[in-house]
Amino acid sequence: MTLALETRALCKSFGALTVADRVDLRLEAGVRHALIGPNGAGKTTLVNMITGRLAPSAGQIFLAGEDVTRLSQAARVRRGLGRTFQINALFRDMSVLDNVALGIAERDGVGGRLWRPASAHVRVCAEALELLAMFGLTDDADRRVLDLPYGKQRLVEIAIALGLRPTVLLLDEPAAGVPSLESHRILESLERLPASIAILIIEHDMDLVFRFAQRITVLVQGEVLCEGAPAEIADDPRVRRVYLGERRG
Amino acid sequence: MKRPAGYGADPTIRWTEWLPWIAAVAVFFLLPEYLLFGARILTYILFALSLDLILGYAGIVTLGHSAFFGLGAYTAGILAARVGLHDPLVLLAAAAVAAALLGVATGAVILRTRGLTQLMLTLAIAAVCLEIANKATPITGGADGLSGVTIAPILGLFRFDLFGKTAYLYCLLMLFAFWWVVRRLVYSPFGAALTGIRENTPRMHAIGAPVYRRLLIAYTLAATIAGVAGALLTQTNQFVGLNVLGFEPSGELVVMLVLGGVGRVYGAFVGPLVYLIAQDVLAKQFPQYWYLGIGLILVLVVLFARGGLLGIADALAARRRRRGMA
Repeated sequence: MTLALETRALCKSFGALTVADRVDLRLEAGVRHALIGPNGAGKTTLVNMITGRLAPSAGQIFLAGEDVTRLSQAARVRRGLGRTFQINALFRDMSVLDNVALGIAERDGVGGRLWRPASAHVRVCAEALELLAMFGLTDDADRRVLDLPYGKQRLVEIAIALGLRPTVLLLDEPAAGVPSLESHRILESLERLPASIAILIIEHDMDLVFRFAQRITVLVQGEVLCEGAPAEIADDPRVRRVYLGERRG
Repeated sequence: MKRPAGYGADPTIRWTEWLPWIAAVAVFFLLPEYLLFGARILTYILFALSLDLILGYAGIVTLGHSAFFGLGAYTAGILAARVGLHDPLVLLAAAAVAAALLGVATGAVILRTRGLTQLMLTLAIAAVCLEIANKATPITGGADGLSGVTIAPILGLFRFDLFGKTAYLYCLLMLFAFWWVVRRLVYSPFGAALTGIRENTPRMHAIGAPVYRRLLIAYTLAATIAGVAGALLTQTNQFVGLNVLGFEPSGELVVMLVLGGVGRVYGAFVGPLVYLIAQDVLAKQFPQYWYLGIGLILVLVVLFARGGLLGIADALAARRRRRGMA
């Protein structure tokens, strides 16, 4: 079976510092896969390499069986790779609708059209509104992103990525910085994401991880410590020692 | 009108957007003695409009935009004075092509850089153009400027007169045509993408946008329009001097745009208008210290009106709306 995403012996070094060391990751289509590890484990670096923002020092990245290691970010997006950012990376001075519509327009190849008004691209606008409705953001469509509460901004992050119709979605700490009262909205939204999308989620909120993920990879100091089902990970003494502490399980 | 780009923006021309044109036509009838000065203002509005496209929308900070303006001015001047081409529309087209070629060639290099490096490269390009114009005396006239520029009647019908009537209407028509083009661009998906690049370039990469290509297109378009503005200046003055090139006119243009309001389309109308009128009035009153007055105006705008003069108008309108709602 062709994997939706695979990394083979992926390495990244900054001088003498190795932040990713022969990382092998395998995501099947539609899987919910979590990547956990203590701060500085190299999780975001790994996501940045997968998306093409950072060039790996060695190793390969495959999307649906195709080697994309040397492709640009844009080319990977066109092949179905979407991502969200750990710290909001939104178009802050633009409306919520525009934030989502920009991505949809790029996906549909109309983002560079020079003449017809953007608002005349009815299909783009309609799809953006549908996505906003899915995340409960319809009433905020015309508001500037800057004026939204942080929790809603996190939802806009996910909506933008989803607008690209990805087959693989990388969620970099989607609940980071969100008050606990609002994080359930994030989880609910994640649970409603289309089942066909393979999702790799990086998250420090262990309740969210264990509720959401079907598989978990633990990364420590740039190396894969172990990989398995949530119950296996929770019972693994190495994981408990380096990451979860002895309370769990 | 603040930053109109976007999928939720209504592209219909509002009645307030007709005001500058009504005012410009009124000036033609009411202030006939100022038409040459008016043509100069209209030319600088077009020049500022081209800068707004890249600085205001795409976020490309440049101190070398005069390279395109100057190239357009010299292209029109050299073709008219040295080659014997006198048709104004042909000269405009030639200036546009020359500026576009320089735009695409220099843009291909400078748009691969960011921040201070980019700023310095733009400055260097303008400086190199100035030096070429200065040294190539047999062609450009060097420090003495290029004289002997004769321009044929527009379409063989409308001769450039001493009072600037033809020049004013010609510049006004050109400005209107390019305003309409820029407005279309700003409201298009391309305009929204440029705003997206300015707001968050990494995110534009992450949604698969060809950022470099978009910037290069915008830069080339802006260079083309600046070239046309330069050619208009040559045609209305029938002379080209070195003052169209280098850091000074580039910096002055940025000041004009900041004064009017960046990224608003109409900031490019208000800024040059206020700046050039202030310059004219202050230079008559205080021939040696008129820059001080301009400097004071700019300091006040930067301190109290970060959105430029149009930003003040926006703030006042918002306050009035809030009062109306209360």
